[in-house]
Order: sequence, then C-alpha cells, then structure tokens
Amino acid sequence: MTWIKDIFSPDQRSWEEFYRNRWAYDKVVRSTHGVNCTGSCSWNIYVKQGIVTWEMQALDYPIIDKEIPPYEPRGCQRGISYSWYIYSPLRVKYPYVRGALLDLWRTAKQQHPNDPVAAWRSIVTNPESRARFHQARGKGGLRRASWDEANEIIAAANIYTVQDHGPDRIVGFSPIPAMSMVSYASGARFLQLMGGVCLSFYDWYCDLPPASPEIWGEQTDVAESADWFKSKFIATVGSNVLMTRTPDAHFLVEVRHRGAKVVVFSPDFSQTSKVADEWIPIHQGQDGAFWMAVVHVILKEFYLDHETPYFTKYMKKYTDSAFLVTLEEGADGHFRAGKLLRAAQVEASKHVENSEWKFFAFDEASGDLKMPQGTVGHRWQKQKGNWNLKLEDELSGQDFDPALLLNQRAEKTLAIEVSDFSEGANDTVLLRGVPARRVQTVDGPVWVTTAFELMLAQYGVNRGFDGEWPKSYDDDAAPFTPAWQEKFTGISASVVVNFARQWATTAEKTEGKCSIIIGAGANHWYHNNLIYRACINALMVCGCVGKNGGGWNHYVGQEKLAPQASWAPIAFGTDWAGPPRLQNTPSFHYVHSDQWRYDRPFDEVCPVANAEHRMAHGHTIDKQILAVRSGWLPCFPQFNKSSFEVVKDAQAKGAKTSEEVIAHTVDQLKSRDLRFAMEDPDAPECFPRVWYIWRGNAIQASAKGHEYFLKHYLGTHNNLIAQEDAKGTTEEVTWHDKVELGKMDLIVDLNFRMDTSALYSDIVLPAATYYEKNDLNTTDMHSFIHPLQAAVPPCWESRSDWQIFREIAKQTSELAKRYLPQPMKDIVLTPLMHDTEAEIAQPDIRDWSKGECEAMPGKTMPNMSVVERDYTTVYQRFISLGPNFRKGLGVHGTTYEVADLYDAYGQTHPTERWNNAVYPSLKEDRSVCDVILHFAAETNGELAYRAFEAESHKTGIDHTHLAADTRAIRMTFDDLTHEPRRLLTTPYWTGVTNGARTYSAYCQNVEELIPWRTLTGRQHFYFDHEAYRAFGEHLPTFKPRADVYATRDLVHTGVDQGGVTLNYITPHGKWHIHSTFGDNLRMELLSRGIEPIWMNDKDAGRIGIRDNDWVEVINDHGVVVTRACVSARVPRGMCMIYHATERTVGTPKSKTRGNRRAGAHNSLTRARLKPLFMIGGYGQFTYAFNYWGPQGVNRDTFVVVKRVEKPSW
Amino acid sequence: MDVRAHVAMVFHLDKCIGCHTCSIACKNVWTDRPGAEYMWWNNVETKPGTGYPTQWEDQTNYQGGWKVTDQRELVLRGQNRRNTVLKLFYNPNQPGLDDYYEPWTYRYEDLFNAPEGDDQPTAIPISQITGEPIDIEAGPNWDDDLSGSPVYAENDPNLSRLTEDERNALFEVERLTMMYLPRICNHCVNPSCVAACPSGAIYKRGEDGIVLINQEVCRGWRACVSACPYKKIYYNWQTGKSEKCILCYPRLETGQAPACFHSCVGRIRYMGVLFYDADRLEDAMKAPEESLVESHRSVLLDPNDPAVIAGAKANGISPEFIESAQKSPIWKYVMEWQVALPLHAEFRTMPMLYYVPPLLPVMGRSGDGIYAHDTEEFFGHLQKARLPIKYLASLFGAGNTEVVEAAMKRLMAVRYFKRAEGVGDVDEDKVKRVLREAQLTAEQAEAIYRLTSLCTVHDRYVMPPIQREEAMTESCSAEMCKGQCGLGTTTPPQRGA
Repeated sequence: MTWIKDIFSPDQRSWEEFYRNRWAYDKVVRSTHGVNCTGSCSWNIYVKQGIVTWEMQALDYPIIDKEIPPYEPRGCQRGISYSWYIYSPLRVKYPYVRGALLDLWRTAKQQHPNDPVAAWRSIVTNPESRARFHQARGKGGLRRASWDEANEIIAAANIYTVQDHGPDRIVGFSPIPAMSMVSYASGARFLQLMGGVCLSFYDWYCDLPPASPEIWGEQTDVAESADWFKSKFIATVGSNVLMTRTPDAHFLVEVRHRGAKVVVFSPDFSQTSKVADEWIPIHQGQDGAFWMAVVHVILKEFYLDHETPYFTKYMKKYTDSAFLVTLEEGADGHFRAGKLLRAAQVEASKHVENSEWKFFAFDEASGDLKMPQGTVGHRWQKQKGNWNLKLEDELSGQDFDPALLLNQRAEKTLAIEVSDFSEGANDTVLLRGVPARRVQTVDGPVWVTTAFELMLAQYGVNRGFDGEWPKSYDDDAAPFTPAWQEKFTGISASVVVNFARQWATTAEKTEGKCSIIIGAGANHWYHNNLIYRACINALMVCGCVGKNGGGWNHYVGQEKLAPQASWAPIAFGTDWAGPPRLQNTPSFHYVHSDQWRYDRPFDEVCPVANAEHRMAHGHTIDKQILAVRSGWLPCFPQFNKSSFEVVKDAQAKGAKTSEEVIAHTVDQLKSRDLRFAMEDPDAPECFPRVWYIWRGNAIQASAKGHEYFLKHYLGTHNNLIAQEDAKGTTEEVTWHDKVELGKMDLIVDLNFRMDTSALYSDIVLPAATYYEKNDLNTTDMHSFIHPLQAAVPPCWESRSDWQIFREIAKQTSELAKRYLPQPMKDIVLTPLMHDTEAEIAQPDIRDWSKGECEAMPGKTMPNMSVVERDYTTVYQRFISLGPNFRKGLGVHGTTYEVADLYDAYGQTHPTERWNNAVYPSLKEDRSVCDVILHFAAETNGELAYRAFEAESHKTGIDHTHLAADTRAIRMTFDDLTHEPRRLLTTPYWTGVTNGARTYSAYCQNVEELIPWRTLTGRQHFYFDHEAYRAFGEHLPTFKPRADVYATRDLVHTGVDQGGVTLNYITPHGKWHIHSTFGDNLRMELLSRGIEPIWMNDKDAGRIGIRDNDWVEVINDHGVVVTRACVSARVPRGMCMIYHATERTVGTPKSKTRGNRRAGAHNSLTRARLKPLFMIGGYGQFTYAFNYWGPQGVNRDTFVVVKRVEKPSW
Repeated sequence: MDVRAHVAMVFHLDKCIGCHTCSIACKNVWTDRPGAEYMWWNNVETKPGTGYPTQWEDQTNYQGGWKVTDQRELVLRGQNRRNTVLKLFYNPNQPGLDDYYEPWTYRYEDLFNAPEGDDQPTAIPISQITGEPIDIEAGPNWDDDLSGSPVYAENDPNLSRLTEDERNALFEVERLTMMYLPRICNHCVNPSCVAACPSGAIYKRGEDGIVLINQEVCRGWRACVSACPYKKIYYNWQTGKSEKCILCYPRLETGQAPACFHSCVGRIRYMGVLFYDADRLEDAMKAPEESLVESHRSVLLDPNDPAVIAGAKANGISPEFIESAQKSPIWKYVMEWQVALPLHAEFRTMPMLYYVPPLLPVMGRSGDGIYAHDTEEFFGHLQKARLPIKYLASLFGAGNTEVVEAAMKRLMAVRYFKRAEGVGDVDEDKVKRVLREAQLTAEQAEAIYRLTSLCTVHDRYVMPPIQREEAMTESCSAEMCKGQCGLGTTTPPQRGA
C-alpha cells in the first residue's frame, strides 16, 4: 500500500483553490418557483458577479415539533433546474409580435393615422387580413418589437373590443394563484377593472375533486404533509407521491419507520410502489370498485357483526347518516330513495324559518322526530347562533341521540330499487328490503328511513331482509362484495377483506388515524366523484375525517392560497366595484372551442338510473344552456350583444334605475329578443375576442382538445380528423352548418420561455422569471408562507407580470380618454353562489323559460347587477387600493372589520393620490405583498381574532380561544425574507395549527362543532337532489370507466394491423411540473431527450416496437410522434405519456397526418363534461369559482400506437 | 494501530425517492461547462438496471478495482507493471462514448428565429460536441424507473446470482420491483484510482480522506478512469484532464454539507467521521469475498475506545475530530446497528460510502388475471419481498446474504416495535421475538427510528468545524491572507508567460 499517501501539506495542494473559486459567490436571495407547483419550497438563489449561478434549498423552516420530521430540505430536481432558464436560448428576452400581424398593423396605422383603434378594427373586421395572421399562428415569423408598439396594439384591441363587442369578450387565463398570488392578481385585476372575464383553472385541470363539494361543501381542504407522520395507515390512490410530491415524500417514507403501514394502489409499478408494504396493481380507473367492497366489509364486520362504539358515535355526530330520507313508491310498488324529510312537511315545524332546508332524525331513546341544528337552513336564518353540530333538537332545545338504524321501531320492510351499473349501462335494478317508518306530514303519511339504512341496502349488507342480496363475500355477481370487484380491479377478494380489516382495526384502535392520499390517477376520470366517494366513505365510516393523522388528502392542483380574504378583492378588483366576471373554464372551452359540435349525447357514456329526468339524458350542450339559464353556472360572454348595448336598450325603453334595467333585461330574455351567448356560440356576436395568457400554457399543456383550440380559436393548421357529430342530437343550442374558424382576434402571452402557447400567440411579452420579481407563495402541503424575490433585476427587457399589466392598463386608460371618455353602465351576470343565501334558492329544478316558474334574478336565474365602468381611470384604480376594501373582508360568508386598519395603513405606507382622494398604493408588487399580509387573518393575528369572533356569532359557540395566543402577531414582507413563517389558525381553513399541531382538514369542525357548509351541515353520504337520484348517484355506487366504443376516439382513425389500441393516460411526470421544466436541458438530459410513450413490453412486442423506436400515437383528435419507452412495469392495455409535453422541442412531423408537425399530449384529448356537476342553487351543489362545475376529464381516452421509421423534422 | 480519520457517508436507500435532485445540485455547481457536460459526479440509478456508464459493475469488461493474486497479493485488476505503460496509449477497458452518451442540446433559438413558413418550427436535438443534428440513443439516466426494461434491467450484472425463475419474476408486471441507487465517488480508503495514476496526480487529503485529482498535475492518461470500479472519474475533453467528485470540499471547509447532501429531499444522506486502522487495511482487503463485509468492518475503530483515542491523538487528530467521530451517525449505522453496508465490497477499495438496503413491497402472484399477495402479514415478509436477498447481497454483501438479511431484519423490527408502541395491534411477544431475532434492544430500535425519521440537517450532517487558518497561512502571514484571499495569492501570476 505504499503508493497511497495521505497528503496534508497545503503547499502541495494550492491548486485546490480552483474549485473553491467556483463555489465562491456574492449574495444569496430567498425566492421560490411561482407557478403550478404545490411544492412551495423556499430556495436560496446564489448570485455571483451579477449572474444567478445556481439555487439550493432553504433549510430554515420553523420546526413544528421535535417529534415530527422537519420540512427541510424542500425542493426537487425540477426546481433546482430553474436557473437554467434565465440565461438559456429558450428565454423570451424582448417583446415579440407575429410578423404577419405586425405588417398589417403598421400598414393599418398609416391608413388610419392617429387612430389606433380604427387601425385595429380595420385588421380584424377584414376577413382577408384576419385570415392572413390567423393562419400564420404557430408557424414562425415572430418579430421583435418595442414595448411601446406591443402595448399600443394591445390597448387598441382592448378599446375596440369594449366598443364594438362589450368588455366580456376580453378573457384571461392564468392557473393556480397560490404560488405567485400577486402575479396572478396582476392580470385578473386588470381584466376585472375592464369588465373582462377570468377563466377558472382547478376544474379545467380536472384537479377539482367534485366529491369534496359534494360531501363537505368545501372546494378542497387537506392535511399538510407533516400530518402524514401522525398516520398509522396510509393508502395512496392514483397519487404517485414520490414522483409528484417530491419534497413531501419523505414523510410518507419516514412514518413507515414509526410503524405505519403504506398500501399503494397503482396500475403500474410506480415510484411510490417501491415504498409500499403492499402494492396493489389495480386496473386504472376502477379503484372505486375496490373501495366499495372495502366499505361493504367494514359495514358488515364493524357495524353489524360487532358494534364499534367509536365509529357509531362519530357517524351520528359528524355525518348525515342518521338523517331521514323519504321513500317514494313507484307504480310497480317498488320504492326509490327520495328527498330528505323536510321541516316544512311536518305540522309542528312547518312554520320555522327556512323550513324547506331543515331536516330530521329519530331519537334513539324515544323514537321521536328531532330536528338537528346546524343545517343550511340554520345557516341562513335571521337568528344566528344555531348553526352548530351540537346534537340538539331545534324545537325543544333538548339533547338527543340520533338513531342510525330503525331496529324494532321499523314498521315495515320496503323493497327499494338499487341500480347496478356494473355493465356500464343501467340494465340491472335490484330490489332490497329496507326497514321503514311512517311519518305523518301535512300531505299525509310518508315512508322514511335513515340514510344509514339505505347505505346498508346500497352496499348489499344484509341482516336477513327480503330481496336480492349477496350470499357472501364470495358472491361475485352481487355488488358490492369483495368477489364482485375482482372483475373490475383485477385484485383478489382476499386482498380486499384483509385490507378492510386492517384498515378498520387501525382506525378503531387509534380513533381515526387512517388516511388516503389521492390524486389525478383517480380524479381525471369521467366518474371521478364516484371513485372518490367510495374512498372517502371508507374514511367516514371509520371516523377518520377531522383527525390528525387521518382523513382525505387530495393532492393535485389544489394549491391553497392562504391569505384569501385580503388577496381576493385585489385580484378581482372588488375593492373598486363588483361583482367580478368569473367563468368556469370547462364550460367555456367546451362551448366556445366548439368541442360540443363533435360530441354525442352524454348518456352514451354515462349510465343513469332514470333517463326520463331532464338532466339525465340528451346533449351536454343543452344541459349547459339549462345551467346558464337557471343561474347554476356562469355564462361569458353574457349575451348575443354587448352588455353596454343591453343597458342602453333598457334606458331607451325608459329604464332609469338599476332595478328597471334588470327588469327590462329579464323581459328581453323571456321574449328571446336577447339570448345568452352560450345558446348560440357560433354566432360571431357571441365570440370571445381577446385572450390574455400569463403564468400558464393555456393553448397546449392546459388545453384538453388542443387541436380543437387551434382550429376554432386560432384558425390555424391542426391535425384533427374528428367529424361534427352533434347535429340533430341537440334541442336548445342554435346549430350552424358552417362556422367561422379563428374566433380570437388577439392572443397575448406573457412568458419567460418560448413554450407552445407563446409560439402560437400573436404577441409574446417577456416576463420576469421567478428569481426576478417579488411575490408571495403558499400551499396546502405545508403551513408556511414565504416570498419570491428579485435576486437580479428582470433580465433583458423582461418585466414582472404586475408591471406588464400595469403598463397595459396605463396605455388602455390613455386611449380611453379619447375613445371612451364617459363612464358607462354595464350589466353583469353572476350565477347563484355558494356561501350565500342563494344556496337555498332552488329546492327543485324549474325552468322559467318553460313557464315552470317566474324568471327571478338570483333565484330562478342568474343574478344581475348594474355597474359603472370608467375606462379612463383603469390605470389609477389598478395602482390604488379601492374604498370597498374598507367595508370588511371575508371568505365563506364570514366577515371581519378592517376599516380602522385601512385608515391607518396609508399613514405609514406608500399612497396614491388622485381625484382628491388618497389610497394605499398598489403600484409596486412589493406593496401589494405587504397589503395582502397586513389585511389577512392568516398573517395578522388581530384579524384572525376578529374572524373567529364573527364565526362564533354564527355558531353560538366561542371559538376565539383559537386566536388568543397569536393575536399580537403581524407578518410583513421583510419578515418573510428572513424566514418562512407559519400561518395562523383562522376560520377560513378547517385545521388547527396552534401549539405543535400539524394541519389536518376539518379538525375545527370536529373539535369546535362548526358545521360543514352542506345541506345538513354534516358530511354527506346521501345526496337527495333530484338530478343525483336520476343519475343513480344519490348513494355511493360504482360506474366502470368508459370503453373505446363509448368514447368514440377512434371512429375515423382506423385501427390497422400495425397498430395497438390502448387506454391513454397522462399522469404527472418526473421531469416537469406541467410543461414547465420539461423543455429545460437539465431535465431533458435526465429523461430521454423527449417525453416518450410508456408501454408494456408484450404490447410493444406484438407490433414490433422496440425500446426507443419512433411511434405515432393517433386518434381522431390529433397525433403525437414520440419514442417508445418499453417497460415491464407498465400493465398491458394502457399507455402513458407523462403530462405535460410541448410541441416546441424535438417534435417531428407526422406521416399519418400529412407530414405536418405533430402535436403534444393534449392533441389526443378532448373535453367531455359530466352534466351532473352543472346543477346549482342547492346547498353545497351551488357554484363558486373553481369550486363547482364539470371538470375537464381526460383519462377515458383511447389511442392507436404504431411504429414508424425515423420521422422527418 | 495507525489511527486515521476519514469523512464517511451513509445513504439510506429505504428513504431514497429516486428524484435526482442531488444530481442537479452537483451539475449546477460543478459540471455545467464545456467538456464536463457528460460528467455526473452524482447520479442515481434504477436497479435492476445497467447504470451509468452502462454496466459499470461488470469488471470482466472494465477491469476496475483490486484483485487478490494466488500469492495473496492485492493488485490492480486492470494493470500490472508490464501493461501500465502500454495502456497509456491504448486502453480497451476504458468506457467510450457509447458507454456514456453524446451530450446534446436543442436548437432552441429556431423558435424565435424561424421565418414564417407553412408549418410550426420546433427545436431539434443537436450534439453539444459537434453542433450537428443528433439521434438520441443514450443518456445519463437512460433506464430510469425501468425504462426499456427488456434491454437494460435484464442486463444488470447483479442478476447473474439469481435463478432463472427469480430473474423472470423481475420482468412480469405483477412480480417486478425496483429500487434506487444514488452514487457519488466513494472516497475509498484503498482507492484503485490513486494507485493507477501514472502522474501521481491523485491523492487523499490527510485530514479527511477526500480523494482529489490535482488539476495542475493530471496529464489526462485516464488510467484512473479504468481503475475506478465505480466509474466515478471522468475525462474532461476540453481541458484534457480528469475530474471527479470533490465531496464539495469548499463547502465542507465552511461547515456546510456537500451540495448533493444538502439538496437530498429524501433526507437519505448522512455524513460523519470514521476512524480506521491503516495498519490493518491491506490484510483486510485480501479477505475472501464472503467475509469481506466483516473484514471491512474490522478496519474501523471504535471512537470511544481509550486506545483508539490515544492513537488518534498520537497521530495528530484534533479533539474536535475525536468528539465528532464519537457522535458520528455513520458509526451508528455501520458499526453499532450494522444496517449500512458497503457497495460492492468485492472491488476491495474499501469505499467510505455505505448503504442501508431498502424494504420492498410484498411479492404477489397472478392467476386468471386476478392478483393476490403472497402473504397477508401486516408488514409483509422479508422472504416474500419482491427483490431476492441474493440480489441485494450482490450489491451490498459481496454475495453474502447473511449480512444483508441481518440488516433488513433490524429495519423491520423497528417498525414492529414502533407499531406496537403507537397502535397496540401487535402483541408483545411478537415484538420481543422480532427484536430478539434482529439482535436489537428496545433502546436501539428507538434510536434507529429517531435517526431515520426525525433527523434534522444537524443530525444527518455531523462534521467537526474545519480550521483553515493554519493551512492558508503556510505560505503567507495570516494578516496578508485575510487581505488577499480570492485575489490569487496561492497561484502567483506567471511572469513572462
């Protein structure tokens, strides 16, 4: 060993300075990555000689508790690659305008000297010039422009659109705000001050889990990842934690060493499967069947065979399972589950306030009817203080013990119809006996039973009653037994039974410390709500919701914007005026990108229980129109004429007041002289016109039906071969045989990189990167708030989003002084809104247009408001915190006072002075951050205290102890630059972070007896809305995923011999966050230089595909050309292209589709809406932005994969 | 006894999530420059798989590491006095471009510059070396997550120890599995790269054992590239010198964990000091394969042993280092609990990086398309885990399954122990039994849990403070050093050059 010497001598080692010099740096600045990633990781950005050289994770998160692993280090392979973008050749350094448009513009300006609006009008109203630049979209020829010129075009388009079409033709899309809430707010605020439209994101991404509003009346509320460490049994369903929750995954791994069991449900052997105790290779999209059988076992063994006191007590107090459901007799003597028994139906209670919205349970001891408090009726009644979960009868004020089962008090067993959708259609109706009692109502006696009795019948758990019941767990014909689920899931009954016992035993012994981590793999299916409910019910029946270490943890796209109360008025301009125009995007794109024209009646895909019902058959577009007319969902653009013209029409007819304008508008709608735009979306007067995209990739990564976007919005080349299918199957919508392509006049994209949306836009504006601007960032994966900061100034000519929209506002206001000098009256439609009294507006579906009820805004149709628009002051309003802010802030209908803080704020902070008034300044992004922090309950302890005071007033229970210890806390932007800070407990979120507690959803509901914001105030098993009963989804059930025939993805594609047909899945991937980072050279190198299609080796072998071969992936919607990644870890029959790809990098041409540039992952999808989610005005089934409405489901999709020789570029 | 101090590492593979953040952290700081594009000082491999460069473990091809001759001499596998000089000019055992990959980028600028045409422009892939269009056929992480499993995972050299049935199981979707193996330079105590360098450019730092290639001395012969059995030395085609992981010594010297340790989101990386006996090293490395892990352990010295402490002091090891060695998380994992094992001990380089093997999900079977598990036991069963112990033993036991199984039993025992404590659905007898079989006390089980799950950065990274002033001031006064630091005091300008 003589040759191996340790060297100590520094002299021989002086060269070591070489690497030391590389490591040396000049400063470190805290920032993070600001869009579309839940990680919310705090990063240190290293600056050396004025250049950002690299980033490393911050390690200084406050420790929650010594017995919980710390959050450090947070940050993944994607985040740590970000610095590459800043100086890369992909960076957008200057403003760009499409050359064809720029030429037209410059010519038009010469023809219309000093009249930019006329110049713009001349371009977009001339079919030839319009087609000239539309058809050039996406095909190169971008030209560098000055900021002044780009902004002038934009401002001219804004003014022209407002003048000629109305402001609600200006729309904008930017995804999830939480990660850079000020940047989101920039464009949203500008749009709303203009009267434009903000498009939603959570539902469009299909990340909104409708089961959450259904069950809890909550958009989404989940545990922070540290809370997993409190769990004793974790199931992951459709969620690849190790891959997609990279910075959180360690908690899942670490809790195993604390004795927790981890079971992973995934069709492929995913990264997360590696850390499972059991990997369950369940068939994709069929998870619901497994979980239905799990609850079958639990109900039998933990409720009927042996009572489990903890479970029973929980069910009675926190769920609707003891509530009484009426049973309706059909002509054949069979019964169907009906609506909840209402106070209005019973003599003794029919006169109580909101008696249509109060319900009953039986008292266990006496058998008497009792009326529990805390329902939606109590929530909206005048007298406050009864909205709580105490088990008190409203009428007597006495405590009672709700009965889950009727037992000896049952008078009779009735044959109830149970729909079995196992075959994918409703061809089986089973009859099962359910114990029932008669209740005397004002209309005579009615049969009732408890929701729990119905559950037992639905799940097929028998106690010896008549009817068609499973004989045992091994009865594979009867839903929902362990043996029955095998044919859907491919998983043995023994696995189900073993799982259910271990699960329930753990929950019993730990009082609810079982949790489910669930995500896109379950939620992106057409019947996502049923899959989710099946899982969530396994939590509720075991008392796991509202517990640390227990509950439902949905992690996809759900990023939580914590300081919502102070942020929302800034983002949506309600500090100046309101209401904002907020559109649910799935409906918008389904309608306006004309995807509905290629769709068939939805009941071909969706089996229902009662096809007679008006919501349960027909074409989705017609349900959408009913939803718009009934005020269930928004409709923008609003009308088939400008909203300014609508007001002018009314005024011309003598309307003076707002009420008169509204009355006139209602009359016009009734007479059909005025129509909702969505009733005739292909009429040019109904088109959206100007589209702003910022912080997102709206034309590709987010565009389900990308090729339809190219065709109908952009009017450029596309690879779509689907044929229009809707003609003759619709009733309400106006059909045009020929439609005008290229609806959008102008598409403006703010971007730091040249992604697909930028490439296809007309104007690309250089946006600052995440390391070049100031902003705020929160998430639900942890409980901290921390900043983005400019480590270096915006590089080249880039600007922060806030600055860009501020300057657009300025230029637009300047032009307005000439073109729109006077304030104008605008009429704004808003749907019936959740967390307002409108959620008790519609006990039944009634259509005013059919004469079934009066047309009453805010009750039977959308709300209408008349507001004033002053376009000359849009800029000044943009930079000033408006006076409406003083009136109090709140979310979910709980408001706290801030007038004193508002008045004091201007004394110590920057202000804006105009029109003889002084306002707190919002001119700089940093000022906006400070306003948000100062006025939010989560970051200002005094306001948390006030919010709890307000909440206490509603519930009649004092909750202020939750804010007492933190009342003195104030957070500023400067504070956050030093260290991430933990958010305070407030009533706007349902967890408790006081002391050393981890955040888990609904702990406040369970511990403080605050109701859920649902019909009964409890967690719901039973949904009594008539549409749910018609769909057969009033009780948890199973509907299999759609098959290739139903989805009609391959009608015109042709399945030739060299191809294989596969179910096409687009899970979140390893090398990107949506499409960001995927084009980053770091990630390209670590993947295969392309996002390949993953397929099973035997499927590949069958058609001669070898690893890394080129393949075409095709269906009627479009084509992708990529490489095959052949792997045994993927099951047969399915393929995956990890979401989300770009067509900008390494995308060859497609031989199949005429040797044109192939598309990206969304070229193979389309939007298909489930109309059930369109209902409204009924408890938790009432619209709110990103809360309710159909989602852009995308996994029920099929493709043909075939091998190709080397493609051309 | 010749007591030496060495910086040592544990990677807890049960915690590895396969994210590659470590690789990027390293790339950003150290190898983001021409000539270094293909260098991945830190990489993460999916196992089964062939890794990077491909099939690096196959020493019949690469001839890295040491072997024991019939005369019980420890010699480099790929070199002897006769062929050393020959191989300078032609070395068939050296990995070539095909074993790595041709670095590539894209013509991103075309997206901005493409003139208006009749189709959409795209940024095509081009070689970073030639600038010409490239057909991408390989990359530094090509078989990630079992990508191309029929081509790559099936050719994992470690599979040769399995039966045909066991091999086949690894390629059926219902029965397969995977794990991750992050790799950096092992900073071996007995490094074959140092021994192989004809220029004497490679050395071990006396104070911490870090293996470095002096960039001023290296002549680019690349003997080290062949000799390193882990293939963790790369030749920089721009500078003509070889480079390797430096364990971020500029960070260590300022009290910070190496970049890959700092950035490890799975929190799997531990660092601390180990003492070893340089006198016993050579003999220990000659042991038969099946006892190599044991003999490896026998070289390590108990930092609490008074004789060792005395020996350390005698060798000039500072009190801070001794104290740090006594708190070392590495000592706990490797020696006290014996759950961390060296990678491919049979290469006989005595790597200073140890791995805790991963627990893997229970095996399943499929009949008539219906899947069931092989056991319904709560945490599964080691014998019914998806990766045969023999495979893990090929990686971490030099073929000895007993040392691997003993480690895995301890990991499992901790879980039962904590389950019983936190839930109470495991009976006491069972807990006692599993602890007994794992030869663990309850206190040890608790300690393993705490260091595995609750560790903060300060628990994972336990290094003594480094005093730099003496080293810096060897060539100039302390006062001058302060004033000139960073201005090139250690490399004075060359006159007349």
